[in-house]
Amino acid sequence: MEAIVFFVSAAIILAGGLGVIVLRNPVHAALSLVATLFGVAVLFIDMEAYFLAAVQVIVYAGAIVVLFLFVIMLVGVDKAEDIYAEPIIKQRQFAALAAAGMLILVALVGVAFAGDVTGQPSNEDMTISRAIENPDGTTTPAETSNINQLAEALFTDYVFAFEITALLLTIAVVGAVVLARRPKGDLQPLPDVEPSWALRKPRAVTPTEATDPSAGDDADQDPDETTVDQAATDGAETDEAKA
Amino acid sequence: MSEFLRSYLTVAIFGATGCLLVGAFVGLSALVRPTRPQAQKYLTYESGVDPVGTGWSQSNIRYYVFALLFVMFDVEAVFIFPWATRLEAYGYFGLVEMAIFIFILALGLFYAWRKGVLRWV
Repeated sequence: MEAIVFFVSAAIILAGGLGVIVLRNPVHAALSLVATLFGVAVLFIDMEAYFLAAVQVIVYAGAIVVLFLFVIMLVGVDKAEDIYAEPIIKQRQFAALAAAGMLILVALVGVAFAGDVTGQPSNEDMTISRAIENPDGTTTPAETSNINQLAEALFTDYVFAFEITALLLTIAVVGAVVLARRPKGDLQPLPDVEPSWALRKPRAVTPTEATDPSAGDDADQDPDETTVDQAATDGAETDEAKA
Repeated sequence: MSEFLRSYLTVAIFGATGCLLVGAFVGLSALVRPTRPQAQKYLTYESGVDPVGTGWSQSNIRYYVFALLFVMFDVEAVFIFPWATRLEAYGYFGLVEMAIFIFILALGLFYAWRKGVLRWV
């Protein structure tokens, strides 16, 4: 039965992974990533690591993919990068070569270790759930010990790493706030720089254009873009006034 | 089949039944209903204001801050679960450790609040 569950979830994982690469729409790719992460969660359950499976669904399939989707929608799906443009010359050929080399390497390692690729042989003793003994002499049965063992490791050997995790998350939030917060004073139109993937020479931005708020009215700018920038600025200003 | 996996059989059956029900009803209605395609029927709001632009529009970066704050407290909850199961074993040590953890995370929320990104105007 474990084997059946393994093969079904492995199929889900592979199909999802393939979808991430093959699908054109980045949102669809992110959704097939959800399928992959969900399949990994099923694999965790197959290995009786139910807490890890729950975490996999809550954090990865839920929160992390939400972040991915937000970043995709932030860039704007309709303005997605042309996937047929090759920033590095012949990068597809190089990628195919690297993939073939990797496959040969993995096959060689597999042959060299002949069946011992995954390390320890799996038997009942090696599953994550096993009964543990509490400090007061009682024994916690195997069904509930999974999460307890995680807690034991977290609050004994890895307590410092656990606290550092909090710091890491806080740094991430501070970074996002710095990126997203509204600067003091009037908003200025964005400098008119071509994106790097456009493969065109970026127009030089003069210092006055970048700092002078009235630069948006310069005649040499693209008339359409100026209107958009000005509209955005005006909207933000009225928002500020209301606040 | 192990006892552990058997307990998850309910989940599998539940999921399969859900997919089957949706598939059956959507498939059945597709078989039964007449199809007379009209351009109006493919509007997002058939009897509302005509939508402008596509649904794939660019979103505001301020949503991203909320998403990241959500992830932060999601991860916090993940750490609290194992802590809660072993709280009795660790006593005050565990309590203080978790207090430090939550305090550091609250600093991030406090920073976001002070910077005014939580205000939606």
